[in-house]
Amino acid sequence: MNEDVRLGLVVSGSLSEGVAVRLDSKASVEDVVVGRYVTIEGKSRRFLGMITDVKLDASDERMTFAPPDPGDTFSAEILSGTSAYGLLTVTPYLVIGGDSKAVVEGPQPVKTIPSHFSPVGLSSDSDIELVFGKEDDKRFWIGNPLDMETKLCLNLPELVKRSNGIFGKSGTGKTFLTRILLIGMLQKSACVNLVFDMHSEYGWEGSSEKGRKVKALKQLFPTKVSIFSLDEENARRRQVSTDFIVKIGYDEIEPEDMALLRQTLNLTDLAVEACFTLRKHFGRNWIKSTLEIDAGEESEELLKSLTIHESSFQSLKRGLGTITRLSFMQPHVEQRAVDFVLKYLQQGTNVVLEFGRYTDITAYILVANLLTRRIYSQYRDQTEKALAEDTKPPAPLVITIEEAHKFLNPEVASQTIFGTIAREMRKYNCTLLVIDQRPSGIDSEVMSQLGTKITCLLDNEKDIDSVLAGISGKNELKGVLAKLASKQQALVFGHAVPMPVAFSPREYGSRESYKDFTPAETSPREVEKNIDELWR
Amino acid sequence: MNETSQRLGEVIEASTTGFTAQCYELYDLPPLGSLVRTGDSTNGLFAVVCHAVTEGLEPGRKPIARGKDEPDEESIFQSNPQLSKLLRSEFSTLVVGHRKGGRILQYLPPQPARIHSFVHACTAEESKDFGRTFGFLNILLNAKIETPADELIAATLRIMGASYADPRPFLIGAGKELASLLGEDYGKLKAILERIKP
Ligand SMILES: Nc1ncnc2c1ncn2[C@@H]1O[C@H](COP(=O)(O)OP(=O)(O)OP(=O)(O)O)[C@@H](O)[C@H]1O
Ligand SMILES: [Mg+2]
Repeated sequence: MNEDVRLGLVVSGSLSEGVAVRLDSKASVEDVVVGRYVTIEGKSRRFLGMITDVKLDASDERMTFAPPDPGDTFSAEILSGTSAYGLLTVTPYLVIGGDSKAVVEGPQPVKTIPSHFSPVGLSSDSDIELVFGKEDDKRFWIGNPLDMETKLCLNLPELVKRSNGIFGKSGTGKTFLTRILLIGMLQKSACVNLVFDMHSEYGWEGSSEKGRKVKALKQLFPTKVSIFSLDEENARRRQVSTDFIVKIGYDEIEPEDMALLRQTLNLTDLAVEACFTLRKHFGRNWIKSTLEIDAGEESEELLKSLTIHESSFQSLKRGLGTITRLSFMQPHVEQRAVDFVLKYLQQGTNVVLEFGRYTDITAYILVANLLTRRIYSQYRDQTEKALAEDTKPPAPLVITIEEAHKFLNPEVASQTIFGTIAREMRKYNCTLLVIDQRPSGIDSEVMSQLGTKITCLLDNEKDIDSVLAGISGKNELKGVLAKLASKQQALVFGHAVPMPVAFSPREYGSRESYKDFTPAETSPREVEKNIDELWR
Repeated sequence: MNETSQRLGEVIEASTTGFTAQCYELYDLPPLGSLVRTGDSTNGLFAVVCHAVTEGLEPGRKPIARGKDEPDEESIFQSNPQLSKLLRSEFSTLVVGHRKGGRILQYLPPQPARIHSFVHACTAEESKDFGRTFGFLNILLNAKIETPADELIAATLRIMGASYADPRPFLIGAGKELASLLGEDYGKLKAILERIKP
């Protein structure tokens, strides 16, 4: 082992709790950080693990009561590294090498731990590359492991086989990370994306906290992305190159959609029940018909016959009023957005639906749920048909939603389409990318179905627990997660990575970064020209 | 071997763990903790002075006070020139290693010193040679002697350190060895470190 990177020796440990590494007196605890990768040279194989805790220890606790004088550098130098020393906890994840068979098979999960006194040092870039692979037509560079030069690459076709989550408290970089990941998926995953873009930041220019404008997907990949907008005015003002203005008909809303809005619209349970009754009674036009029910005697009779109580009816009417006041809602729409979304997706074009000024949660839940339900059922039919006829199934679809806990909380997760998608995994070639700052609000069963989780800093204990639930070495990773920087640092673990890694996501937003992200795309100037023409 | 190494006396009693030597000159004792040797540059013993006495030559016969009418202590010896022949100085040592075929080994030798072996004070060079490893500290720590081990070790290290232009690296190295030997006894370690601080 290179002396420069050597940290210490394994002195004790277990597979379940990680190994303790005693720091050499030359290595300072101040130079090692949790989340960093280390390589342990065992007798016959190498182990790769993560530093999950750092502590100071003394062989005789009396030292802590009578430490040497602060000015006594002589004693301090002698004691440090001998009687007083640093201890690292390292959680081993993978073994490399061993016999020739093992070399061919590559890194494998650990089933044992390195023996006593195995030397431990910082992992080299080549060790990391061996584990995560090099950038290629499937592997996408998402960032760099903490304090390392190596590129951390994710196998994207593998990633999108399951639903995934991006978490982190507000302002930690979820949106930036999602943009990066979407760009990767656009290029390397062979899937199409549908993004429900609540704050209009994925399709077109969003702004960073410093007020700087940040380009988004359509600007970087004009031919691969189309933007749908619910808010024409907003799109025009921002000069967004929009492909479709979305209007939703009242007759597209089903009682299930209302059930999901129960909390946000403050509906009573009975009011939700009334939706189902009214739908049955009036048919497709149930909302329009319901809104036309006035205070007359006839109406009273009708409600009575449907056993809908006056107060439930009023509650429902208020709720429906809120919805129908949204100006993208119309009694009936000829060109249904869902058909266009599907058409674009089938052509392999990624769709970003901007909400413009409709940033309140009601509009978001309503539209995302409504569209996804239809799209998913189409996907299911197509996949089943393809299976039956042995033809090519539709391209995998990844649906991105924010504020995921609103769709996937324990109360509604069993009923909503999003809960179904998360639970069915990729049965119908459709998975989710959920983004949330409050993962503890998401149903634990759904959380456990997420294949890969990428989490930025979380500080709420409940959120940390829910993100790490069910993963081995949870307690150790907790320490790593809690110590991430407040921006642009994240921990990724799960299905798509052979071991958890703390990393800094790629820089996004500078001129050079766009160039790096778009090796073979139309030049930005050309795009700007096209847009000018569009809004002329 | 360096010719200037001073001959101190002769072994008059020896065991596996140490020997006693009589000085050629009364009171010409090596300091407590100093490193001495027997033999030559190929074979011999290394020992640390751990105790010294000066007493009457004949066992059981105590010296008597003689200076009542003398103006100072010096005059006692001038008036009784036979005195320095009736008294003798002896020092005891702990064997801390040996030399075999030129190699220095820091553990007990297979045989004790022989009676009448000459005992030399180690030169600075010899002391540095011996001080390259610290195995001897463990022997000193575990010795069963009257002199407190921490006093003896501190004295030894101070004297050995003095052979270097900058004793600090040597003392730090020795200190680290002690720290690992005394992992469970911080009190003793601290006492020694206090006494050897440069
Ligand atoms: N990869 C990155 N490259 C450059 N800057 C970044 C990156 N990640 C985060 N930042 C900085 O951190 C700020 C916050 O990031 P972001 O908007 O993605 O947070 P968020 O987690 O989505 O917050 P919220 O929960 O409020 O939506 C950005 O405005 C940007 O300045
Ligand atoms: Mg955000």
